Amino acid sequence: MDGIYDSQGGIRSNFHIILFSSNSPANLCRVTEFFQQIINGLSLGAIYALIALGYTMVYGVLRFINFAHSDIFMVGAFSGYFFSRFFPSESIFGGISVVFLSMLVCAFLGMLIERVAYRPLRGSSKLNVLITAIGVSMFLEYSFQVKLTKPLSFPVLFPTMSFTLPGGIILSSTQVLVFVMTLLLLIALQYIVLYTKMGTAMRAVSFNPMAASLVGINNDAVISFTFGLGSALAAAGGILYSLNYPSIEPLMGVLPGLKAFVAAVLGGIGNIPGAALGGLLLGVIETFVNGSRYSTYTDAIAFTLLIIILIFRPSGLLGKVTVEKV
Amino acid sequence: MFESRQNILELHDVVVNFGVINALKSISLHIKTGDIVTLIGANGAGKTTTLRAISGLVPIKSGRIIYQGDDISLLKPHQIVRNGIAHVPEGRMVFANLSVLENLQMGAYLQQDKKVIKSQMDYVYSIFPRLKERIKQTAGTLSGGEQQMLAIGRALMSCPKFLMLDEPSLGIAPLLVKNIFEKIVEINRQQGLTILLVEQNANLALDISTYGYVLESGKIIVQDNSQVLKTNPEIRKAYLGG
Ligand SMILES: Nc1ncnc2c1ncn2[C@@H]1O[C@H](COP(=O)(O)OP(=O)(O)OP(=O)(O)O)[C@@H](O)[C@H]1O
Ligand SMILES: [Mg+2]
Repeated sequence: MDGIYDSQGGIRSNFHIILFSSNSPANLCRVTEFFQQIINGLSLGAIYALIALGYTMVYGVLRFINFAHSDIFMVGAFSGYFFSRFFPSESIFGGISVVFLSMLVCAFLGMLIERVAYRPLRGSSKLNVLITAIGVSMFLEYSFQVKLTKPLSFPVLFPTMSFTLPGGIILSSTQVLVFVMTLLLLIALQYIVLYTKMGTAMRAVSFNPMAASLVGINNDAVISFTFGLGSALAAAGGILYSLNYPSIEPLMGVLPGLKAFVAAVLGGIGNIPGAALGGLLLGVIETFVNGSRYSTYTDAIAFTLLIIILIFRPSGLLGKVTVEKV
Repeated sequence: MFESRQNILELHDVVVNFGVINALKSISLHIKTGDIVTLIGANGAGKTTTLRAISGLVPIKSGRIIYQGDDISLLKPHQIVRNGIAHVPEGRMVFANLSVLENLQMGAYLQQDKKVIKSQMDYVYSIFPRLKERIKQTAGTLSGGEQQMLAIGRALMSCPKFLMLDEPSLGIAPLLVKNIFEKIVEINRQQGLTILLVEQNANLALDISTYGYVLESGKIIVQDNSQVLKTNPEIRKAYLGG
């Protein structure tokens, strides 16, 4: 690890190093610091975005918040830990293989959870499903806790180095990895949702499940696919997160999951680009507050800002204000 | 005169309940292949529920739904579509967030053969040329009449043998209604498609259909050839405006 993230998970960026290493005037340092924080914030936000997408997609097709989603993120990290044994560490091929396999495992896990826990409750009250989701979440957390007494140290999957950009901004290879991987996953997701038959069916089910079944769409299959897709993204998020905060434990998903959920709401729940935007924004806000002298109140301030945004845009940044045409 | 044509669809004593509400009280229907049959009745009579029972959207309590000789009453909606039944729901229910083209593509969801999809789409454009001019447009921004055309077009995309239409005239200007009804007859003639038409506008429905059922509070009270129903004084009084 290159020290951009400290062990508490806060982003206490090493801008003092930049201060001493560059002989620029003070205001240039502030500019540097600003951009450094943006980069740190975006790389944290990208991970929130990856998790938020799963919340928002599942909400889109089922109008329900899958509280177990944050634990899929955790399982993603643990799968990464498990698969890393079979591949050379600090290699691009090994790293990508581990990410891919973990995404696969979590996709199946997400589909399994939907099949076993949520599908039998289809048509019953929303509250029942919600309580079941909380149950599934606890089941995952505590089954891991039974086996684990102390946190595991996450391996270094990819080669690490850091780049100093003009102006003294430091960019770690992990951050580059987060950006590149998130971008590729977002592009793939947009492609699936907008240009494939399954993606179009997802949008159809999301708009009107009854009409969707009348054109021959098997809603259950589409819902299952949506869980798989969202869970795979959460797994990728879990691994990327663990590269930055390399101590993994069964409750590691709780806080990032909560924040990602807020990011999804902020972007407009059910809206895919909204979830990505919400995640990035939340990451940046959090990083800036954390880097200021109010860092003790990071989460409080970040959440207050979100509440303020939601007061002015109740349906989220990209959420639709209009009511469905009947 | 004896007719040799077979029934494409038969309902035998179908009962549907919603909790304590008894929406269909033992309905029986017989629809001959190639016919346009209409189901008329007042608000709340159970017309929509009948169509929904046939497409598997609501479970039936008892009775049988026989389609081309097979009981389909336990099948799921998407399996029923696969068997060749298409349902244009009340209120159109086009996918407002999808483009016109995507709506039609979703209509052909179960069709794998691209050539069939293409030719069926051309057919839909030939009956509703307005849709072709708007393929990129988001369906939610279409006018009510255009949405109805799209809903019918979407249903046709599945290449059905049996088409159900739930109040296609609802909320549409009279001139356009006339046009849409002409198209319904055209589809019936050209594609040999059997049609079950639910309408509040009983005059129009009886004009284009061969046989009609009158539904009242979940029961069929009268059934006959449409021409006979049109001259029935009680039907005239209750549904045809005197
Ligand atoms: N999902 C439901 N839950 C409870 N009751 C229902 C449901 N759907 C329909 N009903 C009831 O069943 C009866 C028949 O309704 P249905 O929609 O079939 O009538 P309709 O003949 O189509 O009327 P309209 O001409 O107004 O469309 C009504 O009393 C209605 O309130
Ligand atoms: Mg109705």
